[in-house]
Amino acid sequence: MRLPLESYRLPNGLLVTLSEDHSAPVVAVNLWYHVGSANEREGRTGFAHLFEHMLFQGSEHVGSSEHFELIQRAGGTLNGSTWLERTNYFETVPSHHLELALWLEADRMGALLPAMTQDKLDTQRDVVKNERRWSVDNQPYGTWWERLPALCFPPEHPFHHSLIGSMEDLSAASLEDVAEFFRTYYTPDNAVLTIAGDFRAEEARAMVERQFAGIPRGAARPALPSMSLPRTFGRWARDVVEDDVMVPRLFLAFRAPMFGSHAYYAGSVCAAVLGQRRGSRLYRALVRDGELASDVGASTWDLAKGADLFVADATARPGVDAATLEAAVVAEIDRLRAEGVREDEVERALALIETDYVSSMQAAGDRADAISKFATLFGDPALVNEQLDRYRAVTAADVTAFAREVLGEDNRASLVYVPRIPAEGQ
Amino acid sequence: MGSPRPQSGAPGPYEFPTATRQTLANGLRVIVAPMHRLPLVTVIAVVDAGAAGDAGGEEGLAMLTASALTEGTANRDGPALVDAFERLGTAVESGADWDDASVRLTVTPPRLDEALALLAEVLRAPRFSESDVERLKSERLAELLQQQMEPRGLADERFARVVYDASSRYATAAGGSPRSVRTLDVAQVRGWHEARYSGATTTVIVAGDVTPSRVLELIERRFGGWRQPVQPMRSLEATARSAMRAVHVVAKPDAPQSELRVGHTGLPRMHRDYFAVVVMNAVLGGLFSSRINLNLREVHAYTYGAHSGFDWRRNAGPFVVASAVKTEVTDAAVREILLEIDRIRDEEVSADELDLATKYLAGVFPVRYETTGAVASALALATVYGLPDDYFSTYRERIASVSRADVLAAARAHIHPAALQVLAVGDVKAIEAPLAALGVATPLVTSATEEDDA
Repeated sequence: MRLPLESYRLPNGLLVTLSEDHSAPVVAVNLWYHVGSANEREGRTGFAHLFEHMLFQGSEHVGSSEHFELIQRAGGTLNGSTWLERTNYFETVPSHHLELALWLEADRMGALLPAMTQDKLDTQRDVVKNERRWSVDNQPYGTWWERLPALCFPPEHPFHHSLIGSMEDLSAASLEDVAEFFRTYYTPDNAVLTIAGDFRAEEARAMVERQFAGIPRGAARPALPSMSLPRTFGRWARDVVEDDVMVPRLFLAFRAPMFGSHAYYAGSVCAAVLGQRRGSRLYRALVRDGELASDVGASTWDLAKGADLFVADATARPGVDAATLEAAVVAEIDRLRAEGVREDEVERALALIETDYVSSMQAAGDRADAISKFATLFGDPALVNEQLDRYRAVTAADVTAFAREVLGEDNRASLVYVPRIPAEGQ
Repeated sequence: MGSPRPQSGAPGPYEFPTATRQTLANGLRVIVAPMHRLPLVTVIAVVDAGAAGDAGGEEGLAMLTASALTEGTANRDGPALVDAFERLGTAVESGADWDDASVRLTVTPPRLDEALALLAEVLRAPRFSESDVERLKSERLAELLQQQMEPRGLADERFARVVYDASSRYATAAGGSPRSVRTLDVAQVRGWHEARYSGATTTVIVAGDVTPSRVLELIERRFGGWRQPVQPMRSLEATARSAMRAVHVVAKPDAPQSELRVGHTGLPRMHRDYFAVVVMNAVLGGLFSSRINLNLREVHAYTYGAHSGFDWRRNAGPFVVASAVKTEVTDAAVREILLEIDRIRDEEVSADELDLATKYLAGVFPVRYETTGAVASALALATVYGLPDDYFSTYRERIASVSRADVLAAARAHIHPAALQVLAVGDVKAIEAPLAALGVATPLVTSATEEDDA
């Protein structure tokens, strides 16, 4: 299964990829900007994400709530998201509205600033603060996704700080910050555009030319500070958090080879063997047999700069304390390292990965996003078609080698949540 | 840059995948929707054995039974069964909702026959070992315990309790309460399976890279002999707890936000006003560009998001407006929600609002059904509610035919400001007095930890 791909670059640097498919009258437009929370300066944590909100507040020719409205009136879906190393914006529309989606994206890439006002910034700042309360502050274990990177990356590293941002830094963000961030990072030469679905290539090329060719290239962007890191943490780091939770939860993280490297694929298979689905080792040992956990998992964060994270997690059953939970997870990891993985476990993992991968190629929006990911992180959209082969090349010996090299005691970080008030078991 | 807003051409032709329907001799129905773009097939077996059929005191039995289906069969224990599915590259999922129990999986076509054989084992000969059932019970109890600290789940659970009379099954979560789940046992699970799972109560839906004749042959082979006596489904009354407005506060000390739920009993899925209600709700709070979301989020910045919805079930599921708002603006947010609810009943929506809602709902239809999973799920819902065979081919016209007058009539008939239940999970000391000052009703305060209302 290979996606048809046609990639080219506009003179202003925008990398465009077209992937035609006429099975449904639907087309996806997907833009990745190569900027994320890693690019934030000190005192401005959360800014990349706040900025993402501002991109839905209109641009030179688009009114303040028109972006959502025009796409929804066209029968389309849309959103955006911010991650450590990128920000994406996407629409899926009935195919006859392709140029509308391109025009909206081009107008905000080319002329966002005329529409920016203090009032809009103040409103979105409050919306984002509410997003922080909703997803972090008022959710059990909600701080995990800022505490874990803080524990795993050194303070000066761009992946260390909070993506959603502190309330204080969100309060400090100004219109000048918006203008500067826009001019620096929201330029065609720092973006990729993918169009996937029902369109004709020559028509799409003409639309892209009309909408995007006039946007000027950006000036040089400040380079990220060095992202490189030692291969391991060099210790077993630990952060124990008392929280408003009823039962303990553990996140056990490991510094891992970067997304896209050969060892990454072995690590991804290792995560599936260890903690994905009910046939995984952690599920069998902790949920089914030991009845120590109600939920377990393992996955990679897929970071392509410096180092990735491999993270296992487990939520205790009522009455099971954090130390018992952690010892059980660690015992499974140590056993995996000592005994190695079996061929049949790797086969199970690969069969699941393959079905998931094919499933993820069904919707035009998902295909476009996958293409943009490889275009942004590696400058090579065609890598989307190499993924299954990369996975299939992984052997049991590779997975065992990964476990032995990466999952050792000198490369662990335990983030442990414990109930503030010890709960009675049921 | 600076080019004029482009004009869109005419929409391309679109047809929802054509489904073939057949019935085996034992009453089992088979629905096949070929989709050949990718080598993938989604299978959903839908059984008329949903949580609505739980007897009083046995709430949670339908869900427990559905979960236990995939914990082992007569031929293989739990680990062997899971392993058999996962080696086919599929993670089988089973569960129950209000109106059905279902088992679903997605595989590549060469593995379909083996997957169907396993699926038939799961449905026809589940093992239901005592230890597995007890483990699943304690997992549910653990989930309920955790919910005491999780404001969204807690708000949903408490909202159902204040909207429905305690005698209604809808007053208790589909998965059951701590009190009911503790009493369930393996004998009840076996009894429920015996009573409700059979060829006559089951529909197998297959969407993907297959041909109907081949699928029918495979299903006939795996499910052909499945016959069991079936007891009739228990009926359910969706009785409201109260016809009077009330305000309820569930304590979450020092919470930085209040989880709000505002609503009342809604209407059954097969109501003749369904399309008008769907369009009305889209304008009110169903879309990002809806009145409630634009008001609470984009104008007032009280929240990250706010929406309204009707929870469609065989009987009258709830109508609810939901949002998480900053603690300090809890009363102001409730006031705005109440104003929007009044406004949708006071006058017709604008032509522009109607245009946005209907164009979105009709236009997004092909976008919604790109995947085998989405098509199979839609056909499963159509089965559960007995929607007509032409439902998907006429959906867009039915939406487009809703008028401003229809929307107003639907709002007046189905939204009842005088019966609204307002519920907030939040910091009592900060929100009780302001909520009282709204003049809706005196807030009734409860704790997060108390069990079912006595």
